[in-house]
Amino acid sequence: MYGAVTYSLEDAEAGTTRLVLGGQLLVSSVGPFEQEIDRFDGEIAEIDLSGVDEMDTTGAWVVSRLANQHSSTITGASETATHLLKAVEVAGGDGELCPAVVPVWERVPLALGEKVYAARGGMLGVVSFLGAILVGFGSIIRKPSSMPFRAVVRQMEMVGVSALPIIGLMSFLIGIVIAQQGAVQLQQFGAETLTVNLVGRITLRELGVLMTAIMVAGRSGSAFAAQIGTMKLTEEVDAMRTIGISPIVQLVIPRILACTFMMILLGFYSSIVGIIGGAVIGQVALGIPFFTFLERIQEVVPLHDVWVGLVKAPVFGLIVALAGCYHGMQVKGNSEEVGIRTTMAVVSAIFAVIVLDAFFAVFFTEVGWG
Amino acid sequence: MAFDESEAPHERFCLEPPIVVSGLVNRFGDFAVHDGLNLEVCRGEILGVVGGSGTGKSVLMRSIIGLQQPTAGNIDVLGRRITDTDLDQRVGVRRRWGVLFQGGALFSTLTVGENVEVPLKEFYPNISPRLRREIARYKVLLSGLPEEAVLKYPSELSGGMKKRAGLARALALDPELLFLDEPTAGLDPIGAAAFDRQTRDLKETLGLTVFLITHDLDTLYEICDRVAVLADKQVIAVGTIPELLETGHPWIEEYFNGPRGRSALASQERAHSA
Repeated sequence: MYGAVTYSLEDAEAGTTRLVLGGQLLVSSVGPFEQEIDRFDGEIAEIDLSGVDEMDTTGAWVVSRLANQHSSTITGASETATHLLKAVEVAGGDGELCPAVVPVWERVPLALGEKVYAARGGMLGVVSFLGAILVGFGSIIRKPSSMPFRAVVRQMEMVGVSALPIIGLMSFLIGIVIAQQGAVQLQQFGAETLTVNLVGRITLRELGVLMTAIMVAGRSGSAFAAQIGTMKLTEEVDAMRTIGISPIVQLVIPRILACTFMMILLGFYSSIVGIIGGAVIGQVALGIPFFTFLERIQEVVPLHDVWVGLVKAPVFGLIVALAGCYHGMQVKGNSEEVGIRTTMAVVSAIFAVIVLDAFFAVFFTEVGWG
Repeated sequence: MAFDESEAPHERFCLEPPIVVSGLVNRFGDFAVHDGLNLEVCRGEILGVVGGSGTGKSVLMRSIIGLQQPTAGNIDVLGRRITDTDLDQRVGVRRRWGVLFQGGALFSTLTVGENVEVPLKEFYPNISPRLRREIARYKVLLSGLPEEAVLKYPSELSGGMKKRAGLARALALDPELLFLDEPTAGLDPIGAAAFDRQTRDLKETLGLTVFLITHDLDTLYEICDRVAVLADKQVIAVGTIPELLETGHPWIEEYFNGPRGRSALASQERAHSA
């Protein structure tokens, strides 16, 4: 396989040159020869192929190009070689293989303009997506039998039940960290018993729900976008439409319902496990007995802290599900788009959740649930 | 690529067959797809592989090109034992074959031209970029795509164009062996006929040996030198279509003598008498 091209340049009449080729003119061997002969600036009147043992299209192309360049005649070509030389006549020449690169000073404003333009389309897309969901809910209300219960239950299992171990572990560890770090600081004031207040209030009000929302966005929001996006690519969504099944009712609404509802349960579960984590640290490091810790929680945490968490949870769940489904439905073209949209779904969901959390924090303090 | 024209492709006995499969067993769990399968592909022929759905045509191809480690059996490709060598040792053989997967399997982030360039870059870094671009362009044209297609991304191509682009990539290294997995599936009849012609022309110009999986009876009648029939976990018969019919196997009878088989035969006879 690893042959080589042998060649010699002989003087012919009238100051021209005869190129005698031999050996194997193959894609594996022709590379160095092509570069060397390219540097030769004399005139080649004749190319003699009689010594060539083997030739493929690449070899034929190099010969044919050389012949065209010097308008030389080809002699001594075998039957196969003539065949190949004829076949490469259609050849396309030396052009770029990818679209020309736009210079930076043009590319940046261009990209900015496209982003602005796309943002307008995106806004319209979001509004029409929300509208489609309302229509979907409307059709379910008019015809309750069309409610996809099985899909909802299935999604509840995927979003909620299967997430219990990881969210439990995460919350437990966060409870431990808050209790331990809080205790270190509060000890300086001799107020380590306030660790109970710290753990109880922060997990129920903020961290339980917020961390769960982030976890659900990463776990389920991304899955929604990837699942629906792949279904768009394989034309499953179009198939549903033609059969008369609304993809919004069948795909989007079950995910939204499941995610919204399961976020309430997961958020509460996360807060409770976080408190247990704090109580374990209380027992081990602070000398507060486990059950005393839990009893103190009841005394020091106002009930409205629980409500704050429980009000936020479904809103966060809704946002995560909407972002996942919306970006999934926007997929078109190729598999790369699924990846881009999945990333966008997670990033926009987490961003929106954190912004809304800040808004809720101010709001609840203002209404006296501080 | 020294292809001796005098050697008839129908020759029963082939010298140094490029592909030899012997005693191949492929098992997935308890389910055996192949059980003691034997097959020889002769140099310079187009071998059609047919069989009902699920008889393991694609698995056979994947085994031959080394994507699927068989449970037992030996496969020799171009004198090299594929089943024993590991990936690194296969490089020498791999650059001598080209594969067209069912959907084209183009790299979606690269243009068609760049797709064709990939194997060249990978295997022959000593080729100058200019020559590489020229080869890529040439292969794209050779596979029957218009010149503008070079700059297009796979997502901008139709199904048939994707297949042609896949063929261009498979041909990038001037292979001796070409594997085609249902090349005409999903193409319109005109496109499919053009693709068939293309395959035959390529075989004749480049002296290729083609391993072709197909369900397309027109392709079988039109371009295949021999046909191998996969059934009952084995190759039950190999030969020209008349030879296959002589075996009298019920599945083969049904396959070639069904309404579609007869019309494909009729159209072939028309084409030849014209």
